[in-house]
Amino acid sequence: MAPSRDIEKTQLQAPEPEHCPGPESEAAGKDDACQGCANQDICSSQLPKGPDPDLPLINKRLRQIDHKILVLSGKGGVGKSTFTSMLSWALAADEDIEVGAMDLDICGPSLPRMLGAEGESVHQSNSGLSPVYVADNLGLMSISFMLPDPDSAIIWRGAKKNGLIKQFLKDVNWGDHLDYLVVDTPPGTSDEHLSVTSYMKEVGIDGALIVTTPQEVALLDVRKEIDFCRKAGIKILGLVENMSGFVCPNCKGESQIFKPTTGGGEKLCQDLNIPFLGSVPLDPRIGRSCDAGQSFFDNYADSPAATAILDVVDALRDSVELNVSNLSI
Amino acid sequence: MTSEENKGSALEQGVVPQAAPKSLEKVKHIILILSGKGGVGKSSVTTQTALTLVNKGFNVGVLDIDLTGPSLPRMFGVESKQVHQSVAGWVPVSVYNNNHNSNNDNNIKRGNLSLMSLGFLLGNRNNSVVWRGPKKTAMIRQFLKDVVWNGGDNDTPLDYLLIDTPPGTSDEHIAIAEELRWASPIDGAIIVTTPQDVATADVRKEINFCKKVNFDIIGVVENMSGFICPFCSECTNIFSSGGGSKLSQSLDLTFLGNIPIDPKFVEMIELQDNDTKKLIDLYDGCELKPIMEGIIDKALQKNYPARF
Repeated sequence: MAPSRDIEKTQLQAPEPEHCPGPESEAAGKDDACQGCANQDICSSQLPKGPDPDLPLINKRLRQIDHKILVLSGKGGVGKSTFTSMLSWALAADEDIEVGAMDLDICGPSLPRMLGAEGESVHQSNSGLSPVYVADNLGLMSISFMLPDPDSAIIWRGAKKNGLIKQFLKDVNWGDHLDYLVVDTPPGTSDEHLSVTSYMKEVGIDGALIVTTPQEVALLDVRKEIDFCRKAGIKILGLVENMSGFVCPNCKGESQIFKPTTGGGEKLCQDLNIPFLGSVPLDPRIGRSCDAGQSFFDNYADSPAATAILDVVDALRDSVELNVSNLSI
Repeated sequence: MTSEENKGSALEQGVVPQAAPKSLEKVKHIILILSGKGGVGKSSVTTQTALTLVNKGFNVGVLDIDLTGPSLPRMFGVESKQVHQSVAGWVPVSVYNNNHNSNNDNNIKRGNLSLMSLGFLLGNRNNSVVWRGPKKTAMIRQFLKDVVWNGGDNDTPLDYLLIDTPPGTSDEHIAIAEELRWASPIDGAIIVTTPQDVATADVRKEINFCKKVNFDIIGVVENMSGFICPFCSECTNIFSSGGGSKLSQSLDLTFLGNIPIDPKFVEMIELQDNDTKKLIDLYDGCELKPIMEGIIDKALQKNYPARF
């Protein structure tokens, strides 16, 4: 299936101008930036806008999902995808729980490899796109299932990525019911983040899990992401500090590879008043398991890193599930 | 329609040329630092490349186009500095001005270093920049058009302009490729990767992007390859090893070298101040310095022609 199909509903004649409010926005065709834009007629002819016609469909799909968790970080390479895969494996270890993982990192999808589903492809049916199942109760959706060649670069501007994200939310058939949907995101605070939060807003996102590494250069970007969550009204479930400390397999000496010169994740949480869920040490076997697409828990259940991750997952589940029971009372 | 939109549509329709942005008139070499994956050390490699080139006596400018996560101001310890506007355009922040400095140990005069980043334009360092594509594209165009790049004063050329990029192959990358299309010849791109398969998979995508937009690939650098335990000197390959050289072999690219993990470099970044403990002086004692020199020498051996 070609991923480009269905994506750009609004056929624009020319590239969007600087400061384009976006053809879907209510200000389309009316904004200052629209004056003199070749697309102005197209955008304004669709007025009055009202809500996106696809929203009810997205909401219908999302209502079948109990808990929706975003995995976020302003910084790249801190372990968002690794943690998403860990979280998915850990949740799916409970056979009564149906788990879905969605990979929104369109330019650099890593989840298929980490969950051992590389080279698979999705199928389309009447009921929508079927995710790839890596375990009986663990489904995965990623753009890499739609690519003809794993190396092909996806050189897309923001608007096109938004189209795909909408398609993922609208068309992916997760089955009748899903307990958890874990959404992996790319680094930064841009199109993908805006789109996913705005599409999911009506149904509600349980919250975001922020991943960071201990050094200040990473925390700097993570603070921006937290600022984004606050602006977008997404609850922060907590923060995990990944890659904190490395224990030499030879002499058991512990070194801080990414030094927490400003206090690391824990201090950040205190300053910004968000829950600190724990630190996960750097373990080369995590990376190896991810490269091989195997569950780190199955392979090294007793390692300190596995225990640390499971603690974080438990804390996360508590905060998500308790919340809902509070509401229902 | 403004002239900029004309440029955008002209590119898509394959209509020919346009002059290079005026701000690049005095720039001899342009090098991009790219990687499909985030957190592999693009900014660290950019920083070290800049320091190495400055140590060799070149005048270097660094442009940070990672708009939503600018790290370079922090890397160079100039977070609090401001960009000034001159008649000609924006003046990048000067990190080191060695015009009047005495020589360093090796009797080679160090060059000047200047930096431009969105980080300088934000009021508060914790503010997020939540921008969709068109706005990012506009910002990058402005960075390329309106920044006055030179080697310290108006008559000195800038020897190297290093462009640090965000991860991925999206708006920022398309924008920079469109702008640089008119600026040829540019040297090309240094690709940074970490050794594990998950990273090289994304990096392959970036290499394909380079091929599509005709950026020459100067070579591949493998970062974070191996960590030497400070207690027992045992080397552990935390993110496995050999991914970079394997990647360059399979795609027939130059492999520039491995950079091991050195927590001391991170420490230097945090310890520096721009008074007595300049990063460039601290870097003299860093174990990564000779390794980085080898990498840059290998890249310079390729003898890319200067732009003028």
